[in-house]
Amino acid sequence: MTTSPTAYRATAVAARATDLSKVYGQGETQVVALDRVTVDFHQGEFTAIMGPSGSGKSTLMHCVAGLDTFSAGSVRIGDTELGSLKDKQLTQLRRDKIGFIFQAFNLLPTLTAQENITLPMDIAGRKPDKEWVRKVIDMVGLSGRLSHRPAQLSGGQQQRVAVARALASRPEIIFGDEPTGNLDSRSGAEVLGFLRNSVRELGQTVVMVTHDPVAASYADRVIFLADGRVVDEMLHPTADGVLDRMKEFDAKGRTS
Amino acid sequence: MFRTALRNVLAHKARLLMTVLAVMLGVAFVSGTLVFTDTLSHAFRSQSAKSYDNVAVAVTSYASESDAKQEPGLSQQTLDRIGKLDGVASVTGRVDGFAGVADPDGKLIGAGWSNKGSNFAPGKDGEDAAYDFVQGSGPVKDDQIALDKDTAAKGEYKVGDKVRVATNGPVKEYTLAGVFTTEDGAVSAGGSLVLFDTSVAQRLYLAPGYYRDLTVTAASGADDRRILDAVEPLIPDNAEAKTGAALADEQAKEIEEGLSSLNQILLGFAGIALFVGIFLIANTFTMLVAQRTKELALMRAVGASRKQITRSVLAEAGVVGLVASVVGLALGVGLAAGLRSGMAAFGMKVPAGPLVITATPVIAALCVGVLITMLAAWLPGRRAAKIPPVAAMSSVHAVATTKSLVVRNSIGGVITALGAGAIVAGAAMGSDGRWIIALGAFLALIGVIVLVPLLSRPVIALVRPLLVRAFGVSGKLAGQNAVRNPRRTGATASALAIGLTLVTGLSVLGVTVGTALDKMTTDQIKADYMVAMASGGDLDKSALAALEKVPGVTAVSPQQSSSFEIKGDWVSASAITPGDIERVLNVELVNGSLGTLGKGQLAIAEKTATKQGWKVGDTLPVTFNDDKKGELTVGAIFKDSEFLSPVLVDTEVVAPHEAKPYIPQIFVKMAGGQTAANEKALISALGENPAISVMDHKDIRDQFGGFINMMLNVMYGLLAMALLIAVLGVVNTLAMSVFERQQEIGMLRAIGLDRRRVKRMVRLEAVVISVFGAVVGIGLGSFLGWAIGQTIKSSLPGYALVIPWDRIGIFLILAALVGVLAAMWPARSAARLNMLNAIKTE
Repeated sequence: MTTSPTAYRATAVAARATDLSKVYGQGETQVVALDRVTVDFHQGEFTAIMGPSGSGKSTLMHCVAGLDTFSAGSVRIGDTELGSLKDKQLTQLRRDKIGFIFQAFNLLPTLTAQENITLPMDIAGRKPDKEWVRKVIDMVGLSGRLSHRPAQLSGGQQQRVAVARALASRPEIIFGDEPTGNLDSRSGAEVLGFLRNSVRELGQTVVMVTHDPVAASYADRVIFLADGRVVDEMLHPTADGVLDRMKEFDAKGRTS
Repeated sequence: MFRTALRNVLAHKARLLMTVLAVMLGVAFVSGTLVFTDTLSHAFRSQSAKSYDNVAVAVTSYASESDAKQEPGLSQQTLDRIGKLDGVASVTGRVDGFAGVADPDGKLIGAGWSNKGSNFAPGKDGEDAAYDFVQGSGPVKDDQIALDKDTAAKGEYKVGDKVRVATNGPVKEYTLAGVFTTEDGAVSAGGSLVLFDTSVAQRLYLAPGYYRDLTVTAASGADDRRILDAVEPLIPDNAEAKTGAALADEQAKEIEEGLSSLNQILLGFAGIALFVGIFLIANTFTMLVAQRTKELALMRAVGASRKQITRSVLAEAGVVGLVASVVGLALGVGLAAGLRSGMAAFGMKVPAGPLVITATPVIAALCVGVLITMLAAWLPGRRAAKIPPVAAMSSVHAVATTKSLVVRNSIGGVITALGAGAIVAGAAMGSDGRWIIALGAFLALIGVIVLVPLLSRPVIALVRPLLVRAFGVSGKLAGQNAVRNPRRTGATASALAIGLTLVTGLSVLGVTVGTALDKMTTDQIKADYMVAMASGGDLDKSALAALEKVPGVTAVSPQQSSSFEIKGDWVSASAITPGDIERVLNVELVNGSLGTLGKGQLAIAEKTATKQGWKVGDTLPVTFNDDKKGELTVGAIFKDSEFLSPVLVDTEVVAPHEAKPYIPQIFVKMAGGQTAANEKALISALGENPAISVMDHKDIRDQFGGFINMMLNVMYGLLAMALLIAVLGVVNTLAMSVFERQQEIGMLRAIGLDRRRVKRMVRLEAVVISVFGAVVGIGLGSFLGWAIGQTIKSSLPGYALVIPWDRIGIFLILAALVGVLAAMWPARSAARLNMLNAIKTE
């Protein structure tokens, strides 16, 4: 199961992990979070990473997104190999090529929605592409609330600002870490809808970590992780299909 | 409850560190000051007790030199008569005055300290008990002297060398007969002491055969009181006899008084440190309470009363205060020991003695430390008690509501308005308004401190565009972060504002007065040089004669201090040289003619003339210093000036009535003005006298301005103290901010803000807060400086407000540096934050 199951596809790869390992601690207390994971994330595809807690799904995302270091193997974002980058170059890479959506605490409370959306460009010192930004804002339906501060927005609205921020700088790839974890189901569905639309309509590449089968069902493809390894993958998932597959892992885990 | 408090202290060790440091510094200052002055006073007291050990009775004459009717001192006969009394072992006569010793280059040794001359008074055994000779022996011939060991060493003089010594008369060369050590106070303070043969000293300082003091030692078993009773009838009216014990007491009291001003200055420093510290402590506890909102609400929910919550916060403060006080006390004792050796390094000799630690500093240190900390924690404690139990359930609870800021701002506004009103009213009242200004200043300072959170938003909003332009996104975020918690920003900025208010106020005042003095010297003094004794004493008549003969001198006038009784009132007068006075000083004539001075008439200052109703042509009945009466006519009225007494008169008029004229300074105008050659000619005409200084305009200004500069330097020491505490405050606030904003910083790092810019963001926030505090302080200080200036305006002609922009610029730069310095550690920890942990933390 460790061979790349997506090798047959011809589309370009936005990010790729090869034999990626991440080990915490040493000797007896050693914990293997990722065990020689090889996986490709294709351009213009919405990928969900699933797995029970402790399966290494967040670690995988963090390593691929340049937020965390890894012990062995390689990670490429586009043509860039992350393993050889220093902190400063990693920061620049995240700034210029990657968008992020976190579970919570996504926005700066001192900035307005508009300022939050253009923050990555501000940091990079780039002029935002106004037309594109307006398109993104329209898509997430925030036009009327641009001058509001995060405290004046609902949780769902805040997360939509975060989605807009991730999209606004046109990154090569967007990573979401349980982006709907803190939202009620309706707001969650909205946010997931926007993410899917960004992939379908704008050609964006999105990778999302989630433990929610419903959220995973919005993706084009689901990768299942267990004990630090990629154990399965599913194309065009449905919520029920994902749930069943998860139950199988659970059952296997119990019998083994 | 107490156990909870204790646990909290232990749990927040790092957080409380800054509080502990602030309390500790204040306490160290208080206890250090007290221990230092106790130690000094103990040492001085035991020294003075020792110096009066052998003295049974001391007699001092208060005869004044100009009073010709009375005996000039204590005569040899009096001494002999006392010597024959029952129970008297010996009597020593002393006569002393100024004596300056020139080093081989002709410069005065020990300038700025006391330069004393006295007589060598050998007893029957040929020794003088007050002096221990380490080389040679005491002076017994007219041309011999002895020097104290330090002075001899400074001049590199050995026994047999020729030494030039200046007394109030001309310089004379003596042969060094001996070098001694002594317990004399003038010497232990860093001054010089010259011993002459008794007859020489009498001639120099008093009159042949007379002494100023007699010291009586008792034979063994004799009672001091009885000797005193026997001595009293033998001495003239203008002398007083006291027992040695009484004198030792008196001197001890004098020492205590002398030290008490030092004590007060140092305690003032400590007070400011503690006052500033209050803000820091209050800030820390506010933050601790805010962080523990849920915890405290839970305690309320499970049944803790409001009182118990307040008490637990106070108990926590008490523990912190106690720990800080104990450490501060230890530090204070070290500080006292350090100060003493520091004084020695500056050439001030402090008599040896043990470090004295009495109960007072210990109790004071502990009380001050604990009480200040608890006082500062009281408001946060009350706020903690107001947290509703339901806050335990909800995720967010706003501690500071806008409503309380409204109340706060109203109170602050009222206090500030009252204070500003009092200051303006006081300024309008002139010199009577000083106390009202002081009260107003205090109110305004408190009011502004209360208002600082309100002020922070608009003021910082003003500079935000600048920050964005200069530093981009870091600047933008820093500007916004700085006003996120106005209370905290306010308290932090206040710490800096207090110090800067004082320092700016005094700088404005000092520079303004200094400028006025400058203007006055250049406007009022037309002379090129002012000649005066370095000791501040009076010049000998011979100096005047010598100066008149110098080639190139175009005008010379003494400013001889004199006085008359006119119609029953004593008026001080300057006796001057007619014709020359208007060429050396600016005398603005109002009425009459200065030429009349030459005819023996008087010139009167305008204010005195108006007050007394004297007019040109009036003839006034005058009583001279020797009680002779006469009549003098008013020949001129002139404008009042700082350099002139209310009455001017020809020296010739008072000469017959003053045996020994008192000439504090002589003004000299020379052809060619102030040149090195002219100065040299004057110095050489005065016999290269090390005790006489020839001052040009710059020297004169420095002499008047010296005090102001010294005062300003003391205040800058104060600034340093305030800055130090302010640094702690800013560190504290930033550490808090960074801690509270971990997630934000993590997110910023994730979306691409590099470490350098995270650091810059924190640093800029610190700079914004510090500079904001400085601006508030500088504004208030300048206002105060202006107000106090108004009260002294009337007594200082040429007064005009000067804002010392250069110094203010330096203060601002210092404040910015404080910010950068304080942000070092918080910025680094912000940059090092583990991104993933920061984002995950809930």
